[in-house]
Amino acid sequence: MVTIYGTRASREGLGEGLLTVAEQYPNLVAVGADTADSTTLGLFAKKYPEKFINVGIAEQNAVGIAVGLSLVGKLPVVSTYSMFLVGRCWEEIRQSVCYNYTNVKLIGTHAGITVGLDGASHQILEDIAIMRVLPNMKVIVPSDAVEAKKIIIKMLDIDGPVYVRLSREKLPVITNENDEVEIGKGKILIDGDDCGIISCGVMVYESLVACEMLKNEGISCRVVNLHTIKPIDEEIIIDTAKKCKCIVTCEEHQVNGGLGSAVAEVLSRTYPVIQEFVGIENKFGESGLPDELMRKYHLKAENIVSKVKSVIKKK
Amino acid sequence: MPPSYEELKKLCTQFRKTIIEIIYEAKSGHPGGSLSLVEILTTLYYLHLNHDPKNPYWEERDRVVLSKGHGCPALYTVLAELGYFPKEELFKLRKLGSILQGHPVRVLNSDNSNLRYVPGIEVSTGSLGYGLSIAVGMCIGFKMDNKPNKVYTICSDGEHQEGSTWEAIMFAGVKKLDNLIEILDYNKLQQETKIDESVDISPLKEKYLAFNWQVYEVDGHSIEQLDSILTQAKQFQGKPKVIIAHTVKGKGVSFMENNVDWHGKAPDEKLKQLAIKEIVEKG
Repeated sequence: MVTIYGTRASREGLGEGLLTVAEQYPNLVAVGADTADSTTLGLFAKKYPEKFINVGIAEQNAVGIAVGLSLVGKLPVVSTYSMFLVGRCWEEIRQSVCYNYTNVKLIGTHAGITVGLDGASHQILEDIAIMRVLPNMKVIVPSDAVEAKKIIIKMLDIDGPVYVRLSREKLPVITNENDEVEIGKGKILIDGDDCGIISCGVMVYESLVACEMLKNEGISCRVVNLHTIKPIDEEIIIDTAKKCKCIVTCEEHQVNGGLGSAVAEVLSRTYPVIQEFVGIENKFGESGLPDELMRKYHLKAENIVSKVKSVIKKK
Repeated sequence: MPPSYEELKKLCTQFRKTIIEIIYEAKSGHPGGSLSLVEILTTLYYLHLNHDPKNPYWEERDRVVLSKGHGCPALYTVLAELGYFPKEELFKLRKLGSILQGHPVRVLNSDNSNLRYVPGIEVSTGSLGYGLSIAVGMCIGFKMDNKPNKVYTICSDGEHQEGSTWEAIMFAGVKKLDNLIEILDYNKLQQETKIDESVDISPLKEKYLAFNWQVYEVDGHSIEQLDSILTQAKQFQGKPKVIIAHTVKGKGVSFMENNVDWHGKAPDEKLKQLAIKEIVEKG
């Protein structure tokens, strides 16, 4: 059985993380776009109203304002639904945030298909791809609420732009308060040698479940939590490929351009091994309960199991 | 002692000449929207801006955001004359390795391990419609810290067709950001057509008033008028301020004036000579 510590939404890590360290960062400013309660930025806003800016439904302005704040020495954290933050504002993020080398932190919540009932218009499945392609940008996808809080705190010390992807839905908490998190370093959660499973976000939990199922069939897997997609931890990817000789990547994101692609980019020029991709296969989502959608779009543990079996056969 | 209007007018002639020379040297660039900016930038930098070219990152300085980044040959020319960087740099405009990119860059970061900051350039711009939001963010930051710094942003008329510009205008008006002074280079032409032949942006004054801004209108080629209005705008409290500066695209070179063909191309040797002759004679 995979140990879980209840279920929580990773977005909760944002408000909790900022509140925990706000006093240590006097230049911290939060920028919201009519969604502070749902992103949890509201927790910070209530305690520090003088350091919170609500721009209304104007995401482009939110990003531009954050850039300006950063250029006069503030540490701006902008958060709204990821679809509108990094989807709508991609060009501002490229031109004004990244090209300017500003210290803007972008926290996209409600990412992925698990946003559920709101449907495909709100389910961004392309954000990892469009953020990781940007020079100077760092991209992090925490696996649960506890890890998210630690990452939110740690990213404040990073120089330059950062994008953190968080989920709306209550999802299993698989890490605990004492686990160490280092941005830029993946973590082996379970070791094995038949197949390496490299995952981020909610798919880390599904990978752990898949690993259990496979163990019962005599297949041993290594599960890697690769929360930082950029800069990517090449060492852990190469080590996993050398040990297992095949890889399955798992992400709640299009298979094109996301975590799987980032892993493949490393392996193809260092230690090529056969790789399978679990993710959304060039489709939009739809309305439905998160679990129903994960099933329909093949993001569940059993989908990982079948990809692992098929990739092992191709070794 | 600040320079006299006469001295500034002479400088403007010199700047126009340099703009033509460096765009010719680069074999590309935007002469029309640079020439329309000359008196605006000259009056701002020489008579109003709180700055120190010897100390470009002085904390107490006012900020300038050139939202219409394509007008940078004018900005570079003024900054070089003020001593932000050597004048030789001007002739490297748009060339490989130059700090003076085709559109302004605050920090050259093509090599992340070797960031090169460009003195005098506060924000990288070039894509229209972003500068005003950035200026608004700067203004909020200064207000949070009760600092007196002012933020001047120079916008084009054309970028008022961008929705993002209006997001910033609405926000600044509602928040009464009176440390914000926008100078709108209203030269009435965009890349392909006259503005009122594509999607007209007028009446600008009424629009800004409706968004709770203090509005001034001036002849954007009159240093006297610009000086007087900037003085008033700096003192006015309680609202963001916009100075609608009526200008002529390509000002000073007859064949470039009011001609969309000169939005974004360099003159050849013959036309360069002709342009400079005209500028010098008029000056």
